[in-house]
Amino acid sequence: MNNRLKVLRAERSWSQQDLADRLGVSRQSVNAIEKGRYDPSLPLAFTIAEVFGLPIEAIFLRDGETR
Amino acid sequence: MSRRYSPAMRNYLRRLAGFMVAYTVLIFAVGTVFRVSPPSGPLAWGVAVLPALPILGVFWTIGRLLAEETDEYMRMMFVRQSLIATAFCLSIMTVWEFLQNFEVVPPGNGGFGAAFFWFVGLGAGGVWNALANRAEAEE
Repeated sequence: MNNRLKVLRAERSWSQQDLADRLGVSRQSVNAIEKGRYDPSLPLAFTIAEVFGLPIEAIFLRDGETR
Repeated sequence: MSRRYSPAMRNYLRRLAGFMVAYTVLIFAVGTVFRVSPPSGPLAWGVAVLPALPILGVFWTIGRLLAEETDEYMRMMFVRQSLIATAFCLSIMTVWEFLQNFEVVPPGNGGFGAAFFWFVGLGAGGVWNALANRAEAEE
């Protein structure tokens, strides 16, 4: 699954640690999700969407889908 | 420490340290008892099993870490580490048993039981996770 975490973080000038603190997870978790190595659970995906103030489908994209 | 470790990891390290101290004390104490004045009967069973209890405590500690860790990615990494430890331990013990079955190596384990190899495997799993994280972070 692809995602726009890196772009959304950059737009807000957040580091991975900043986002991790907002989500209550480790920086390694943010790094793994951002790089597509780990697909978050639905509850964590909802939390990520809430932190960015966007719907989930504006953040996570199916493989091959671009935005 | 508070930023680097999650509350679950801090609990894990605290419990692990406690059980390791208890193990160190008990292994020397029980060894001394059996050298100086060996107990017999049911008491021997009770005393001999004492050093095993902190090791069981370590298994419980690892179980608590998996139950208490709220960071799902880190939990997955701990599970992977435990699976590597289990695979490592079972592989070593299986090969060793066949070598013993065909009397290629002497019977007994010289004090290196399954738990020892599981903990070695846990260390190997931790190194594997760290290397994988580093390699992927550099991509």
